Amino acid sequence: MLEINNLHVEVENKEILSGIDLKIKAGEMHAIMGLNGSGKSTLSNAITGRENYNVTKGDITFKDESILEMEPNERALAGIFMSFQYPTVIPGVNNTYFLRAAVNAKKKYRGEKEYDAATFLKFVKSKLKEVEMDAKYLKRAVNEGFSGGEKKRNEMLQLLCLEPELAIMDETDSGLDIDALKIISRGINKYKNNSRSFLVITHYQRLLKYIEPDVVHVLIDGKIVKSGGKELALELEEKGYSWLES
Amino acid sequence: MDNNKNSVIDQRVKEEYKYGFITEIESDTLAPGISEETIHFISKKKKEPSWLLEWRLKAYRKWLKMKEPDWQNVNYDKIDYQDISYYSAPKKKELKSLDELDPELLKTYNKLGIPLDEQKMMNGIAVDAVFDSVSVATTFREELKSHGVIFCSFSEAAIDYPEIVKKYLGSVIPYTDNYFACLNSAVFTDGSFVFIPKGVKCPMELSTYFRINEAKTGQFERTLIIAEENSSVSYLEGCTAPMRDENQLHAAVVELVALDNATIKYSTVQNWFPGNPKTGAGGIYNFVTKRGLCAGQNSRISWTQVETGSAVTWKYPSCILKGDDSVGEFYSVALTNNLQQADTGTKMIHIGKNTKSTIISKGISAGKGQQTYRGEVKIMKSADNARNFSQCDSILIGDRCGAHTFPYIDVRNQSATMEHEASTSKIGEDQLFYCNQRGIDTEDAVSMIVNGFCKEVFNELPMEFAMEATKLMEVSLEGSVG
Repeated sequence: MLEINNLHVEVENKEILSGIDLKIKAGEMHAIMGLNGSGKSTLSNAITGRENYNVTKGDITFKDESILEMEPNERALAGIFMSFQYPTVIPGVNNTYFLRAAVNAKKKYRGEKEYDAATFLKFVKSKLKEVEMDAKYLKRAVNEGFSGGEKKRNEMLQLLCLEPELAIMDETDSGLDIDALKIISRGINKYKNNSRSFLVITHYQRLLKYIEPDVVHVLIDGKIVKSGGKELALELEEKGYSWLES
Repeated sequence: MDNNKNSVIDQRVKEEYKYGFITEIESDTLAPGISEETIHFISKKKKEPSWLLEWRLKAYRKWLKMKEPDWQNVNYDKIDYQDISYYSAPKKKELKSLDELDPELLKTYNKLGIPLDEQKMMNGIAVDAVFDSVSVATTFREELKSHGVIFCSFSEAAIDYPEIVKKYLGSVIPYTDNYFACLNSAVFTDGSFVFIPKGVKCPMELSTYFRINEAKTGQFERTLIIAEENSSVSYLEGCTAPMRDENQLHAAVVELVALDNATIKYSTVQNWFPGNPKTGAGGIYNFVTKRGLCAGQNSRISWTQVETGSAVTWKYPSCILKGDDSVGEFYSVALTNNLQQADTGTKMIHIGKNTKSTIISKGISAGKGQQTYRGEVKIMKSADNARNFSQCDSILIGDRCGAHTFPYIDVRNQSATMEHEASTSKIGEDQLFYCNQRGIDTEDAVSMIVNGFCKEVFNELPMEFAMEATKLMEVSLEGSVG
């Protein structure tokens, strides 16, 4: 599904990622763990095509096609979703309106009939239950006045509505209380299937108590220094990162 | 990425102004030039009472001694006032009913989305259509009359209701007020007149659509709205003009008077031709004086404007809060794209006790657009416990445009409460990326974010027009993505 080969990424002329190799097959869940500044968020931003994250070497392919020349919205339409670490507020833009615009953009891309307001409301309400979100959040402006946990649930709601094939969860566990963490984890577990993959980016292994990655990677100074199974996360929890540093 | 976005800009800049067509219609157009004869001619055409002619002439003589203002933060070529025609009217007048209206005119208004045929009209909105110098049609007059509401062209009002016109004309904006208001007082040709008698809530939205068609003409309309005790009215004006290479002057005057417990809500959707997006050639100079007088206790005047058109805009819809407990409001969205310039804002003059004013201004600059917010809040000595809240936000799209803010605050009474908030920001890269990451393309994202930014103001518009304003923003933003 996603293949990253020898990826080098610069931000403001400074190399942050120095040769990343990563292969995520359909139905797999990978976790990337690392300390602040190790390049975790740079990796997710490079995959999603954010401005100022310049790929200087290497390639990223999604479903066997290079995505480096694609605009961020084209990558999203192709099936890559990112749950943001800090979801932004868009004042004055109704949350339902935003969500419908996103879902309809995808429907249009696939050549499907777009939702009208009434049908969409029904659709979104069914998804709302899965993240145990109150309907009142639909009426607010996008992420405006949402607590940390509510923002993350809103991200999860968007994921469920957009049905991506690859979901990147960028520090989804930060700012979450234990109940919200469980709800989000349940959502991820339920959503995952043979054709949908996850890339979970996290600092701690807290989230990994509730979801089971197939592969865990450790990122230090822009390089993956070790990959392993789920037990690697536990090892990191016990020993910290220093034993892996060269 | 930057380059990609710039190419999107360039591509969208090519989109054209949608209302730029010209109506082929035979017109009675006065040769360019201004003199006392011009004024005699206009006044005679309008069959005006002699006091009005005298008033015009006084204004003209004053105007000759005045100097065109240059303090505003805009640049434009000097206007040659002798090169403007001050009167143009479609031929064939004296209509008995709308059926007699020239089909070309009907077509024009249909194209603009304003059917003048009452059966096809938008529900519950009465329209006065002003084409170049004259009002060509006013709908729903009879029905309004049954409620005692007078809604007609200014020219008719001067003949049919001379006492009311004489009493209020120039009472809020004297002809000496400023250069352009003075010029308007001398040569105004038509406009709308609204009178809401005591205790009447006007049963429908009133609106005027202004259309400049003839080349080399100026449009100088004059609107007067009077709301008597305990009455209320909501009025909306819309404006469009054809694309022409030369600049055209629009110098209007709008006066509002609200007596005790009366409410006037005045909304503007201004979409005059903004000029050629690349060269800046042509476009309307929109130099307008608008002022409302809250004359009575507990009266309320609310200005809402959506300014997306014109090459140069210069206007400050203001409120004089004379009556105790009166309320003035100004809600504004102004957008300058390509080479457009705007210097706009408001004045709130607090005279009465417990008077309240609210200013919400949203400026959007894109392309090479330059925009200035200029606002004055003045609390006079007599205005005990006056309150003002001002919020001025600007958003910049791209890095070739500018936003400027000049707030003037003058407080002469210690009991006043003043709040002022201001912000200027570039359209958020994080917001754009967030939308992009959800599959929404950059143009749609910009218009979504900008419309969200303007929402507080759009909420103040009558429902039908809030939708129109949203669409208008989308059209006007085309070519602005950066």
